[in-house]
Amino acid sequence: MSEQRHQVTVTVNGVTRRAEVPARRLLADFLRMDLRLTGTHLGCEHGVCGACTVLLDGVPVRSCLIFAVSVDGHAVTTVEGCCEPAGELGPVQQAFHECHGLQCGFCTPGFITTITAYLEENPKPTEEEAREAIGGNLCRCTGYQNIVAAVLRAAELKREREATP
Amino acid sequence: MKPPPVVYHGPDTVAEAVRLLAEHGAEAKVLAGGQSLVPMLNMRLTAPARLVDVNRLDELAYVRTDLHGVRVGALARHADVERATHAFEAIPLLRQAVRTVAHPTIRNRGTTVGSLVHADPCGEMPAVLALLDGEVTLRSERDGERIVAARDFFVGPMESACREDEIAVEAYFPRPRGRTGSDWREVSRRNGDYALCGVGTLVRVDEVGAVVGATAVYIAMGPVPQVVDVTEAVAGADIASGVAWAAAGQIAADRLEPEDDIHAGADYRRHLARVLTARSLQAAYEAVAP
Repeated sequence: MSEQRHQVTVTVNGVTRRAEVPARRLLADFLRMDLRLTGTHLGCEHGVCGACTVLLDGVPVRSCLIFAVSVDGHAVTTVEGCCEPAGELGPVQQAFHECHGLQCGFCTPGFITTITAYLEENPKPTEEEAREAIGGNLCRCTGYQNIVAAVLRAAELKREREATP
Repeated sequence: MKPPPVVYHGPDTVAEAVRLLAEHGAEAKVLAGGQSLVPMLNMRLTAPARLVDVNRLDELAYVRTDLHGVRVGALARHADVERATHAFEAIPLLRQAVRTVAHPTIRNRGTTVGSLVHADPCGEMPAVLALLDGEVTLRSERDGERIVAARDFFVGPMESACREDEIAVEAYFPRPRGRTGSDWREVSRRNGDYALCGVGTLVRVDEVGAVVGATAVYIAMGPVPQVVDVTEAVAGADIASGVAWAAAGQIAADRLEPEDDIHAGADYRRHLARVLTARSLQAAYEAVAP
């Protein structure tokens, strides 16, 4: 018996995308395999590492723990959507660059999406709050010091950019 | 590490969900937040033939507070419970505990009612429901609605009283009586991990601030949430010295029967329960002390 397939329509980074997928297609695999958006990385595939974090209607979620069919009709932002409209680095990306917040880069997409959403909620975090905000994301290059610095720098950059449109 | 093939149902109403479960319950699993179910599917620890996805049941996406307590619908995410100021003001324990459920990203998707049905012995929200003497409303085509008290709801590890043809539509957390302070704390190896031992406490005081009742609940210390009444150690006792809190901790440690596992030995867990109980009771008391 062939697997039942479902038509799924999702607005990804502002663009309406459509694909026909089996029910068991994870959102992460939908993004990577069906839409060829490979910026979203899959590490543990059981919700522990945070690499696959995307924004669902603006809210960070694990894309390895959600079925694509469940988010039919919703909006998703991936790391590809965390840049400026003209394609320059977004404030969080720029801060990671400046603070050396990545080494191998595997975990980075999950950090970028998580921090992008967090700064909307808390535009001026303390160092302790920054550390708490990234508590659900693992980096095995042991880059947490620089990632915490990048959160604080990203907050600065975001404020500067918003002040000078 | 990919889920097995499954037939998917995405009902738009509770009535439709209940009808699907009446027809397919034996081979179906309800999918709400999926933050426990999907890992189990990905790891192929479970393989239901069908999923009934309740994420479109917007009618169940609520956190409501009235004079008696807080009602949480099946589609309210942990983050909704955490953010609801009215719920926090009525029952501070809800926010105190839900903040220790995994990480913020998991709480954005995971549902409180789903965690009750999942009945993980390490789950915080089952313990909160047990400590507050709350209840869960279940709905099925066969029986309509039935309400199950927390003490009957948690049957065993990962086992609740929710039948396969039922959907848990609401949890009710009653507001503690009188002047009652609360606290939640736990020890885990890493931020956001399962607790090695977690404790929630309620301390009730009278008009002049004397302690008249104290209860504690434990996670990761037995197959289901363990509620221990420690009133005998603290009621009318000399609170200032701290001796009464320590005595309460000892009562709890003597009463609990934790097990060894890869993360911690039973003796260490009992030690944690003793120490955390004393600290937690003191904090709960100080929240309402004159």
